[in-house]
Amino acid sequence: MMLHVSPTAATTGIAKGEVLLNVENVSLRFGGVKAISDVSFDIVKGEVRAIIGPNGAGKTSMLNCINGFYFPQEGHITYKGVRRQKVRPHEAASSGIARTFQNVALFKGMTTLDNIMTGRTLKMNVGLFWQLLRHGPAMREEIEHRRKVEDIIDFLEIQAIRKIPVGKLPYGLQKRVELGRALAMEPELLLLDEPMAGMNLEEKEDMCRFILDVNQTFGTTIALIEHDMGVVMDLSDRVVVLEYGRKIADGTPDVVKADQKVIDAYLGVAH
Amino acid sequence: MFYRETGQFKTNYTDDMAIFPIRQDRIGIAIILAIALILPFVVSEFVLKTILLPFLALSVAVIGLNILTGYTGLISLGSAGFMGVGAYACYKLTTIFPEVNIIIWIFASGFFAAAVGVFFGLPSLRIKGLYLAVATLAAQFFLQWAFVRIPWLFNYNPSGAIEVPLRTLFGMPITGPTAELEVKYLICLGFVIGMTWLASNLVHGRIGRSWMAVRDMDIAAELMGIKLLNAKLLAFAVSSFFCGVSGALFVFLYLGGAEAGTEFAIRLSFLILFAVIIGGTGSMIGSFFGTAFIVALPTILKFGAPAIGIAITGATAEKIVLMIIGALTIYLLIVEPHGLARLWQIMKQKLRVWPFPY
Repeated sequence: MMLHVSPTAATTGIAKGEVLLNVENVSLRFGGVKAISDVSFDIVKGEVRAIIGPNGAGKTSMLNCINGFYFPQEGHITYKGVRRQKVRPHEAASSGIARTFQNVALFKGMTTLDNIMTGRTLKMNVGLFWQLLRHGPAMREEIEHRRKVEDIIDFLEIQAIRKIPVGKLPYGLQKRVELGRALAMEPELLLLDEPMAGMNLEEKEDMCRFILDVNQTFGTTIALIEHDMGVVMDLSDRVVVLEYGRKIADGTPDVVKADQKVIDAYLGVAH
Repeated sequence: MFYRETGQFKTNYTDDMAIFPIRQDRIGIAIILAIALILPFVVSEFVLKTILLPFLALSVAVIGLNILTGYTGLISLGSAGFMGVGAYACYKLTTIFPEVNIIIWIFASGFFAAAVGVFFGLPSLRIKGLYLAVATLAAQFFLQWAFVRIPWLFNYNPSGAIEVPLRTLFGMPITGPTAELEVKYLICLGFVIGMTWLASNLVHGRIGRSWMAVRDMDIAAELMGIKLLNAKLLAFAVSSFFCGVSGALFVFLYLGGAEAGTEFAIRLSFLILFAVIIGGTGSMIGSFFGTAFIVALPTILKFGAPAIGIAITGATAEKIVLMIIGALTIYLLIVEPHGLARLWQIMKQKLRVWPFPY
């Protein structure tokens, strides 16, 4: 597939196989509730990294820490070799982290096209004056980005719904548009929070194909949370397993699958 | 049958991104503009004075509030206050620098309103919905107080009112008591067309998208790299700019003089908000529908009802108007949150498939 979009273009010196994001001893508390306690793992450039665990294990909280919605009380997150201080979501965005949400968080009143165009916001910089006139630089920029957005639309096979407000789309397509919006940011690290939740088999297969294509064609690093174990084991290079906010296993799918603690966490233990 | 885009292929993105991509729409707009141009010379002076002039002046403010409420999702009850800022700024500017053309000052007065709007928009980062409405209500009352209590604003006029001075364009009087109504109308129309063009350019581009993103899902918007504070303050600035220009037009071209304590009162703020809701939030054409509704309804009731033999007094008519507008606002909020603009869209959709049902 020929695409003008190249998320790797923004790469700053992190080669494939090197650590892109490192989570060190992160703990997150909400009052007396410990959502995450002392979790460490790393995400390597170019891999598909799955985060799994039973409900309430702290998976989404982990993603929220990575993209700046929460600030962990303890521990550090190192991204591209730089230890991050308090990061706001829009700063995380400009450093190349994009994400999708568990419950679709699209802009419901806007069309598919506008939603994905919004993903390009950070790359557009023509100021208010030309925006008011919608001519010259503003129009040139708009067309330049429209071209890239059309590539994403082609890639995700959503040409037919280009001009439909996303609120009217079925759930499966909304998930796809949300992926498109994240891709439009040309991220280096793409966080997917249950990209396949609530989908039927065909939709899941489509989504798997898109995720693998994104990973292989663009070299985008992907961290995904997913409950469908078949999908997780097939897609991911490495899996980290959380339970009650703690890390209980970390490794390749085969290693994790055979881990007694993981089996206990999912199936329960006799007391 | 006549309203179809069949055969109108877009071969480049510029055409596809045009604000009126369908040819019939462009023709329609051209016809409306042509009618608007000849209208002042065919309608009576009464219609011109009581319906068309306030319609044009207020529609700019309604577009302004629509940018804030309809596109960015922030409720404001301070629109009349910001209009007042525009009117007073224009008055002060033209009395201090009478040699500069009034057209420039009407436009410039928007910047003063924008600055005030940004200041009162600051709480919007922390508070939303009803609470923001209350915060902007504070702006409304403070500004209204300032208009009455700071005599410098009305040049120490003992009556406490603005008296619009005579100003000319190419030797023709355009403001003040001697100006022709037709001339005032055309100046107003020029402003409305220009401001609408700017607004629709803005909402179709990057800035408009970031506003709508903030409205629909602010968490995701932040994740796209949109800074919420900047987006919201810009919305307040642009919205107040429109209100300011509208206020200047309202006083200089429609009223010809005003006691702002009464003209720019909370009642007008509410009317503008109702116009946005009735017309359709997040719609440019809806802004005009809404304005037409709130401007024309009182006149139609007051003068139309006696004409068909229903005897009601002016005062009764005014109260009935408020009741109708209130009831309709509630009705539309429940049944059709996108207002008259949505009905317009449905009509266009029906027209596309006509004479077939679907």
